[in-house]
Amino acid sequence: MDDIKYKHLVEKHSPKEDVLKNVLLSFFIGGCMGLIGQGLVDIYSNFFEISRNDAAIFMITTLIFISCLLTCLGFFDKIVNFARCGLIIPITGFAHAMMSATLEYKKEGLVTGIGASMFKLAGSVIIFGVVSAYLFGLLRLIIMGG
Amino acid sequence: MTFKYNNVYINSTSTITGPYESKGPLSKYFDKSYNDFYFNTKTWELAEVKLIEESVDILLGKISKLKEDIDIHISGDLHNQITATNYASSHIGIPLVGIYAACATSVLGLILASNMIDKSQVKNAIVSTSSHNNAAEKQFRYPVEYGGPKRKTTTFTSTGAASAYLSSDKSKIKVESATLGSVVDLKIKDVYNMGAVMAPAAALTISNHLKDTKREIDYYDLVLTGDLGIYGKEILKEYINTEYNIKLKNYNDCGTMIYDLKNQPVYAGASGPACAPLVTYSYIFDAMEKGKINKVLLVATGALMSPTMVNSKNTIPAIAHAISLEVVK
Repeated sequence: MDDIKYKHLVEKHSPKEDVLKNVLLSFFIGGCMGLIGQGLVDIYSNFFEISRNDAAIFMITTLIFISCLLTCLGFFDKIVNFARCGLIIPITGFAHAMMSATLEYKKEGLVTGIGASMFKLAGSVIIFGVVSAYLFGLLRLIIMGG
Repeated sequence: MTFKYNNVYINSTSTITGPYESKGPLSKYFDKSYNDFYFNTKTWELAEVKLIEESVDILLGKISKLKEDIDIHISGDLHNQITATNYASSHIGIPLVGIYAACATSVLGLILASNMIDKSQVKNAIVSTSSHNNAAEKQFRYPVEYGGPKRKTTTFTSTGAASAYLSSDKSKIKVESATLGSVVDLKIKDVYNMGAVMAPAAALTISNHLKDTKREIDYYDLVLTGDLGIYGKEILKEYINTEYNIKLKNYNDCGTMIYDLKNQPVYAGASGPACAPLVTYSYIFDAMEKGKINKVLLVATGALMSPTMVNSKNTIPAIAHAISLEVVK
């Protein structure tokens, strides 16, 4: 049997992933995260009398804190496994990626462990986030003039 | 390459597992289980070292022998530099042969030990294998707490260690023959479908074994593969039928036996070097000793995966080693 025939055989016996279910679930949970975020911004700006820009920063910090705390308590991975990209794509996923790597390499020392491995997963998010933000800004400059 | 043995027996075995295995259907057959992943050590790597040490200790207790009485210790695990084996051996102290064949390590160890005992180079041997879910995830995949969503074909590395004591002293389970496998690569790159990577290697080794021993597959009461998982099992059945015209009937896969696949979050089943020996030394040997099955062909399958090679778009080679175990009447 050649490679291509074998590939077909493997595909035949591979289960279908529940793509629609996962997409819908991620959509709704991601949406809920957005709702929570907006709710937090409203709360901060209305009750603490700070500007909406500052309230947005407080909101992000709050979400980061909660997801880091849940990662450390050991149940964020279980929630992620259920909620999938609904929690991985927002800022919660970024915080979780850094926190989980930190926890994992804590025992290998401050420099050789935490320092070297903290960005193991999140590093590429930062790099490609910065690059795509730069490209997007450039496009905006060209099309809209700034 | 097939070896035939006349006077090699597996006299005793020991199994020790982590929390997931002890909640599975075979839990009552294991000698000892831990409820967490640290086993009173500081890191997962040290936990795996402890698993090997304890499995050897339990085994020595069962056969009432001292470490000094054992000629050779053959052991392997999944870590880079087979770390768990080497560190455990620094405490165990029996002359060591450290081996690596990914999840096929257990049977490779049994074959090496059997060859030496059959040729009277050593009078006895202990063969150990171990794996640790978290330590393996850390090395091969993402950080454990990250828990990124996985596909249904993913297998779950088992946590545990198993040791076997082999010698030429007669006992109930005889090592009858064994076939060394060749590395097979059918160009699969998917690290989340190791069953598909390993199935062709298992098929080749089974076919070679039957050819060399001039047997039909029905000769065996049970053909047992190591860790192909639910989907790999189906792939093997179809592949071996079309490619070698072998119809697997009395067949099972250790990866699908050790966990409760419906209620435990283990995707397609168990994997890891410890998977095949944990099931064989406990549940299968129990069935053999009770006379329910007499002839077993154990085919441990190993995906020889290197994250570096996979990241640079290379395919994953696989190997399978087979050993024929018979009940002495």
